[in-house]
Amino acid sequence: MIDENEIDPSIAEPVALSPEQELMLRRIEQFLYYEARLQDLHAYDAWESLWTDDAIYWIPANGENPDPETQMSYVYDNRSRIGVRIKQLKTGKRHTQTPRSQLARIISNIEFIAQNGDEFEVRANAFIYEDSLRGETTWAARNEYRLRLVDNKLKLVRKKVVLVNNNKPIYTLSFLV
Amino acid sequence: MLSRPDFHALIKENRVHSSLYYDERVFQEELENIWYKTWVYVGHVSEVPKKNDYVTKAIGPTPILMVHDRHGNISLLQNKCPHRGNQLCAYQKGNRTSFTCPYHAWTFANSGELVGLAFPDGYEGVDKSEFSLGKVPRIAIYRGLVFGSFAKEGPSLEEHLGDAKRALDQMLDNSPEGELELTAGFLQHRTKANWKFVLENETDGYHPGSVHGSIFQVASSPVPALYKPESLALTRDYGNGHTEFDLRPQWRHVGKPMYWFNTTAEKLPLYTEAMKKAYGEQRSQEIMIDGSPHIMIFPNLFIAEIQMFVIQPVSVNETIQHVTALQFKGAPDFNRRLRQQTMGSVGPAGFLLADDTEMYERNHRGALINNPEWIVLTRGEKRETRDEDGHRIGHSTDEVTQRGIWRHYLKLMTEQA
Repeated sequence: MIDENEIDPSIAEPVALSPEQELMLRRIEQFLYYEARLQDLHAYDAWESLWTDDAIYWIPANGENPDPETQMSYVYDNRSRIGVRIKQLKTGKRHTQTPRSQLARIISNIEFIAQNGDEFEVRANAFIYEDSLRGETTWAARNEYRLRLVDNKLKLVRKKVVLVNNNKPIYTLSFLV
Repeated sequence: MLSRPDFHALIKENRVHSSLYYDERVFQEELENIWYKTWVYVGHVSEVPKKNDYVTKAIGPTPILMVHDRHGNISLLQNKCPHRGNQLCAYQKGNRTSFTCPYHAWTFANSGELVGLAFPDGYEGVDKSEFSLGKVPRIAIYRGLVFGSFAKEGPSLEEHLGDAKRALDQMLDNSPEGELELTAGFLQHRTKANWKFVLENETDGYHPGSVHGSIFQVASSPVPALYKPESLALTRDYGNGHTEFDLRPQWRHVGKPMYWFNTTAEKLPLYTEAMKKAYGEQRSQEIMIDGSPHIMIFPNLFIAEIQMFVIQPVSVNETIQHVTALQFKGAPDFNRRLRQQTMGSVGPAGFLLADDTEMYERNHRGALINNPEWIVLTRGEKRETRDEDGHRIGHSTDEVTQRGIWRHYLKLMTEQA
């Protein structure tokens, strides 16, 4: 904990899923594994195409839930900035990813949190092994997703990656997390 | 006992020896002669706005508690219980009037004095005033910027800053109220590299075209032109290790307010109005054309136009860059954009700093290769001139700044106190 006056988040119990939601959870799992694979393999265009136009990609710093509009985050990208990030990676001159990080990640603890019409709130944990010129690095994160069904395909509307050590000094994080 | 490195043999006017970046003995000498001696930037008063606020900061590898103490003063305390040496405070920030050591419950006022002992009957006749927390002996605040020095005597902060103070004034002029407020929190970017690679790169104008080519290619900005052969921007060595890019010649040539920030005055109407009100039509125009400076205050405070970086060496081969967006008091619309742009550029995932930091790590690994042994700093040596104040200047891509840093470094490492 960074601030000794910080309040612990409340812990919600798991929701009871309808049979349709049970099936949707399977699709969500498949979608998150697919996203993970695209990231591990640096499939930049395919990953970018997962995002909706109103997307937010957020990696906060200094806690679980700071206000991204007033506090520094590692990443706080709207759709346009996600595009710049991908374009930069694709120039072949993004030195920190030339050569690319070698990656494998585990996505687990996938939880269906809520459904609002065509949108689904989901949580998962991510554990990522990275090998780069610098050496081996492991990353651990609690992820929160808002997914939306668009033309019967799941899309990323919002992804929040809470690195468990986001209040500490961290190494360069230039692959897609 | 290890012998002392011969710094005169390792540092020449236009080249330095690779071992300066990896030799553990050099690092220990730096702690003694730089980090625990000269003025080092610690933090900003706006990080502890209320009485009894504290934040954990650092001078080199040593943690420091910066406290807005119970008397209303800024104190720089060492985070160590004077009883058995236990780490006193384990949090990064908070608000409290006293600190109690978790080991034997000695309690200290947030201004450092021992105020309570558990089971005092075993300490008959003890003078509590002998057990105050360690303090950074000298503290000086320049317009909200808090510096500390572990040397009980030495040059004043104003003497240390010299003419580089003007660049800090230039930065603060960008606020309608002439003040910073650092409220956005810091990112901490860790790198496996010696701190001097970071220091030297901050005013290296030769690298942006190649290191940052990827982002220059995909996002338009007036920045790339600053570091091309036809640029009017200058490198300057202010002495005392302080170096800058003086971007003003280029911005003045263009002559458009807020061009330096890749925008126009019209797109920041509230800010433009506040600046006019504060400084008048003419002066506000000048400030908004000149923009914010690019200045490296030796050894650890770097203002990169819109960001503040604080460089912290942790060991000979590990450094932390602490970075936040500059926030100018009285400029909410501008501040919002400063945060957005900073978040894109810097930190571990930043479009710019992730690549700079990649270079620091490759630099460090390169230093360990034993042939060639020397690092070359000759660029622009023949065209170096002096400005009207006698400071060395050169083209924006020249190594005037690195030579200046090493000239001061050699002086610090070889002068006997």
